[in-house]
Amino acid sequence: MEFLLVVLAAAAVIVIVSTPFRRTEAETAEAQDEGKSTKVAELEAAREAKYREIRDAELDHRTGKLSDEDFRSVDNTLRAEAISILRALDRAQKR
Amino acid sequence: MATVGHALLILALVVALYGVGASLYGARTGRRAWIDSGRRSMYAIAGLTTFAFLILEVAFLRSDFSYNIVASASSTTTPTVYKAAAVWSTQQGSLLLWVFLLSLWSSLALFLTRRRVREIVPYATAILLGFCTFFIGLTILFANPFRTTSPAPAEGAGLDPLLRHTTMMIHPPMVYTGYTMLTIPFAFALGALITGRLNAEWIQVTRRFALAAWLCLGVGVLLGARWSYTELGWGGYWAWDPVENAALMPWLLSTAFLHSIMIQEKRGMLKVWNVSLILATGTMAIIGTFLVRSGILSSIHAFVSDPTLNISFVVLIAAMIVSSVGLVIHRRAELRSESQLDSLLSREAVFLLQNLVLVALTAVIFWLTFFPLISEAFTGQEQSIGPPTFRPFVVPLALVVVLLSGIGPVIAWRRVTVANLRRNFAFPVAAGVTTAVVLLVGVSGVGGHTFALLMFCFGTFALAAVAQEFWRGVRARRAMTHEAAPLALASLVRRNRRRYGGYTVHAGLAVLLIGVAASSTFQHQRYATMKPGQSVMVDGYRIRYVRPTAVPSAQKISFGAVLAVSKGGHHVTTLRTTYGIYPSQDPSLGVIGRFFNSGSVESRIGLDAGPFHDIWTVVNAANVPPLQSFISEGDQKFGALMSSIARLPPSSQPAALNTLYALRDRLVAELTQRFVTHPWPVQFLLIVSPLVSWLWFGGIIIAFGGLIALWPVPALARRRVRSAAYAARLARELA
Repeated sequence: MEFLLVVLAAAAVIVIVSTPFRRTEAETAEAQDEGKSTKVAELEAAREAKYREIRDAELDHRTGKLSDEDFRSVDNTLRAEAISILRALDRAQKR
Repeated sequence: MATVGHALLILALVVALYGVGASLYGARTGRRAWIDSGRRSMYAIAGLTTFAFLILEVAFLRSDFSYNIVASASSTTTPTVYKAAAVWSTQQGSLLLWVFLLSLWSSLALFLTRRRVREIVPYATAILLGFCTFFIGLTILFANPFRTTSPAPAEGAGLDPLLRHTTMMIHPPMVYTGYTMLTIPFAFALGALITGRLNAEWIQVTRRFALAAWLCLGVGVLLGARWSYTELGWGGYWAWDPVENAALMPWLLSTAFLHSIMIQEKRGMLKVWNVSLILATGTMAIIGTFLVRSGILSSIHAFVSDPTLNISFVVLIAAMIVSSVGLVIHRRAELRSESQLDSLLSREAVFLLQNLVLVALTAVIFWLTFFPLISEAFTGQEQSIGPPTFRPFVVPLALVVVLLSGIGPVIAWRRVTVANLRRNFAFPVAAGVTTAVVLLVGVSGVGGHTFALLMFCFGTFALAAVAQEFWRGVRARRAMTHEAAPLALASLVRRNRRRYGGYTVHAGLAVLLIGVAASSTFQHQRYATMKPGQSVMVDGYRIRYVRPTAVPSAQKISFGAVLAVSKGGHHVTTLRTTYGIYPSQDPSLGVIGRFFNSGSVESRIGLDAGPFHDIWTVVNAANVPPLQSFISEGDQKFGALMSSIARLPPSSQPAALNTLYALRDRLVAELTQRFVTHPWPVQFLLIVSPLVSWLWFGGIIIAFGGLIALWPVPALARRRVRSAAYAARLARELA
């Protein structure tokens, strides 16, 4: 009984770790494509961070931590940075 | 099943080694199948260690004493809930728990990142599997939990009485979850350094794990403090014990990390700092594990020292430090900041200062924790370090942390004008100053305790700052949406979980440290030896020893006391405290003596906890001197009877032994009852401390804030921002 349990566990392990090697060519290609290119992923991360920064600045302004003048300046800078990220992202996605 | 458990661990070790190889080969060649197979190795290890852990749990629950660790840490009389928790009271069982949790959290992290940071993941997988290899190897070679003895003993030694406490069921798994989760950002940071992908992406991927680790470690530390306060019988909650410090240090570093990564995410700054910080945090988590397991520093929490285990840990820690430092130096060019601080009056600057203070705090604690070892290495004599040595360094730094936790929320990113500063700081500063004035005028003796007074001021300042932020946020939200205040508050927090979760944590920290300052500075404690009917005064409270109690049971002998507490002639509360003695398995203590002179003892405190003060009492009924002559006489007589029974024919022995045991139990019960019928004076420790409850309440607020920050951001909020950003781009392009 104990031996059988160990053999079953070993068989399950082999099935789990060997699954990627038993994929068909189409599945392998699909798996390869699933991930975004490094550049795109990098830009998406930058875009998310920039969005958060814009939202934070808006909230800081609404809660009185940033004056109207400072907010305009910071917001303009941030939006300009966001646009350049979006442009770069578009370019990376077209490639 | 012990053989199966051992075989599963060997199988897990083989899979871990294979996974390291597969991941590295996949990373070098870019072959997806190998990378995926490496990741799946972690899933397989999680399955195998779960199975092995379950086998061990079942052995404990069934009191299967053929397992050595079950016989050493459990017994048939151990309550079922503590049988389940007894697994991690042993070195072997707790190492298996470590591996189990490591594989579980690593599997979750690798599953969630399977389509992200594709260049980094294979290296992170190899590193996490490397940790698995190390810990599974240790378990198999030096601390095998599946070692058995045949024939199995009829009874086990039982769980250490000090560990029979509710928090001890949760504290170790929480701390281990914290430690094991910290290896995840560590592995991804090393992966980022190896591949050179050093932007904010690896941080975004692992931030949630760093936060979860911080939360679990924090809850674990707090539960440990609670256990110390209610179980150890000394009346304190923090003794600057090496093992306590070992959990606190990675918590402090991860607190710094969680703040400074925001600067990298927003500004592309502090890349070297962040990567170094998380590498140090991960290393500190392993050092913490090492301290618990090695026993190199004397601690009530540490396992027995094992030189072979120690050497293995030192090698692992050295490898972690060398690889971390080497890779950071190698990548120093790519780790340059993308921008600079706009102003010293900005949230970035406050975060930076807070980071420096937290790291300084960690460095001080590290130095003082290891000082006994350092002093021994240089002078040959181990110098012991106690809480008074820590205080002069830790208290001022803690004050700065609380002050900054109030400044941070009210200061904006990038830049601040003087007019804004005045507007945002007016209320919190007024609150802090008012507190100081009220305390100086209204409470006598506060003025002589500068640090405590400053902590109350800074704490109130931080609480007021956070309250102001919530109020202004709700007001802004209501101005936009016209929602009712509670709904506006809920929406505000839901849409800005990271920010308001963080603010909640700051408020909790202020409450917690106010509690620490008050309870440690203004505590009144007194040792008193009393007979029933006598009373003493502690901080204006009269505490009277009303009557003794005594309960003999199969599990333990319990001597106790009922205490009546009054103030100004009015009854305040009645407290019950007990001193439990668990019978020893050591026959040299005598047939009767092993029930009364055992070293396995526990204290149950009598506690009246309130929002403004705790009345904490404990009875110390050790040694039972008035019973010693009866005990010696009983040991002699019963010893002689045992010898006589040994000379009887084997068939008559069981019946004679049963009669003898029944007589013994009667004598033990009668001797125990003498504590009530002929009471003798016993010593009490009586403590009145202000605001201890604030500490626990502050901890709950911190945990709640952490959960808010940990909760995923709703997809709707993201979509709205995305649309807004695209609209801004369109407007610019048209212009």
